[in-house]
Amino acid sequence: MNSVEYKKKKVVCTTCPLGCKINVIYADADEIEIVEVKGNRCKRGLEFVKQEITDPLRVVVTSVKVEDGEIPMASVRSDKPVPLRLINDIMKILKETKVKAPIKRGDVVIQNILGTGSDIIATRSVNRKK
Amino acid sequence: MKYETDVVVLGGGGGGMAAAKAADKNGANVILIEREEENGGVLNQCIHNGFGIHYYRKDLTGPEFKETLQEELEHTNVKVLNSAFVLDVNKDKQLTFVNHKGIHEIKTKALVMATGARERHFNSLAVPGDRVAGIFTAGVAQKYINLQNLKPANSALIVGSGDIGLIMARRLHLEGIEVKGVVEILPYPGGLERNVQQCLRDYNIPLYLSHTVTRVEGNKRLGKVYVSQVDENRQIIPNTEKIFNVDSLVTSVGLIPLTDPIKFVETAPGFITSNTNQTSEDWIFAAGNCTVVFDLVDYVSREGEKAGKYAALYAQNQYFPEQKVKVIKGKNINVLHPMYIDPNERTKLYLRVSKTFKRAEVTVEPLGIKMVEEEARPSEMIEISMKPFKDKNLKEIEVSARELG
Ligand SMILES: Cc1cc2nc3c(=O)[nH]c(=O)nc-3n(C[C@H](O)[C@H](O)[C@H](O)COP(=O)(O)OP(=O)(O)OC[C@H]3O[C@@H](n4cnc5c(N)ncnc54)[C@H](O)[C@@H]3O)c2cc1C
Ligand code: SF4
Repeated sequence: MNSVEYKKKKVVCTTCPLGCKINVIYADADEIEIVEVKGNRCKRGLEFVKQEITDPLRVVVTSVKVEDGEIPMASVRSDKPVPLRLINDIMKILKETKVKAPIKRGDVVIQNILGTGSDIIATRSVNRKK
Repeated sequence: MKYETDVVVLGGGGGGMAAAKAADKNGANVILIEREEENGGVLNQCIHNGFGIHYYRKDLTGPEFKETLQEELEHTNVKVLNSAFVLDVNKDKQLTFVNHKGIHEIKTKALVMATGARERHFNSLAVPGDRVAGIFTAGVAQKYINLQNLKPANSALIVGSGDIGLIMARRLHLEGIEVKGVVEILPYPGGLERNVQQCLRDYNIPLYLSHTVTRVEGNKRLGKVYVSQVDENRQIIPNTEKIFNVDSLVTSVGLIPLTDPIKFVETAPGFITSNTNQTSEDWIFAAGNCTVVFDLVDYVSREGEKAGKYAALYAQNQYFPEQKVKVIKGKNINVLHPMYIDPNERTKLYLRVSKTFKRAEVTVEPLGIKMVEEEARPSEMIEISMKPFKDKNLKEIEVSARELG
């Protein structure tokens, strides 16, 4: 018989402000199987837990360089969460990224970053240097 | 030039902008004064998300929250004075400020203080060792990295596991700075659970609970930080010393409400207010981190709105509280805000418990209000909404917390 390893994890659901603390027990075999979930106040929490133990997603936030801007940096983020495992690669790309002023909050800086389906957008506006 | 107005709002952060907006909406002429070139306060440098979930029902970054609020402000008649530093507020309802054109005076009917908080510095920890380069507060590190494109460290240790410390640990790590750990003197993390996950566990950054910095060493630049474990009484446990070879120590050891330049209003240490955000001086209202340090800008802006509204009503002779009920800190309550209640108005009570509870029951007596909180921790602010209660004989109410079996 194959031995199956059971894992216990505490996950904080960040889907809504209630931030339920969810305890999950799951079997980590070829495919992840959830054995028990406790603490979520709604179904969305279950979806969140599934995602969290298979491929956690996070919003990326950082700044990129601005040419001719009033200030040297513009803050950016991903418009949707991206896989945590790709964050280092995304940071490398953003470190090399330069945008030209003026830039407006919401402008797309990089489309569909690393094929994740998520765009990198500016989170602040920067005017051109006077 | 001499200015005259109904309401002055001092400070253009998340609290002040919301206050100015609400004062304008309630019919007052408003001047907002901010010492920086742009409004926003700490929101400008907090580029991570997690802002606005209650206030805008959206998960925004600091700059997005600020720009949204700024755009709302631009749709009002509020006069904004930037790069203007307020030096003095006197009892005759007169303010003095300086800008590049000189010194000016403003006569007002009401004032909203929204001056925020400042970071406690490493020197306040009284750690022995050399005072070398490489020791700075989290806010300073954040400004360098997020706004000025500077890299302040190669390797770092962080002191303090509040949200600010946690967020800076992630930020430094993602910027290619080796973060060797976060040191926390308490037996539990100071910040929100979601930040422990997203900022430390996600990147395998160690968290040293019940640990403290005992000594720093270096020749001009920081070289070594000594850390030891502490017991329940915060006494150092011998033979537990660890040495970290780092060139930077980032401190995040708390914020202190900033009440300057006012000296004649009751503080403890921030401005003490009522539920309508009125201070001990009738015409002065206060909101945001200059009263108590709030977890979320959402609360700050909501409090700002309230301060702006009542300041506007006061300036137009429409707000005279007849009665003030005192709010007393009962058992196991560490922070409580507000400290007075005008029972004719609604109240939002904000509190922090003084220790960790598995299940805490928070009570407000004699009003008979009870609230159960799972896993209540001092680091997570608890809110209680209260309806007006018109009881002429009530002089004080008491808030306390106890463990539920
Ligand atoms: C690193 C960090 C991370 C945070 N993370 C989050 C988060 O994830 N989610 C969240 O909701 N909240 C977060 N917060 C908290 C939130 O940002 C603050 O509570 C809120 O923005 C404080 O607003 P404020 O208006 O009280 O103060 P401030 O933003 O400090 O504004 C005060 C303003 O007053 C001005 N001022 C002071 N004195 C004078 C004077 N004499 N003359 C003229 N102007 C003056 C200052 O220049 C400043 O602009 C975080 C805070 C920090 C520091
Ligand atoms: S489980 Fe449901 S209620 Fe709880 S935080 Fe997640 S989405 Fe919100």
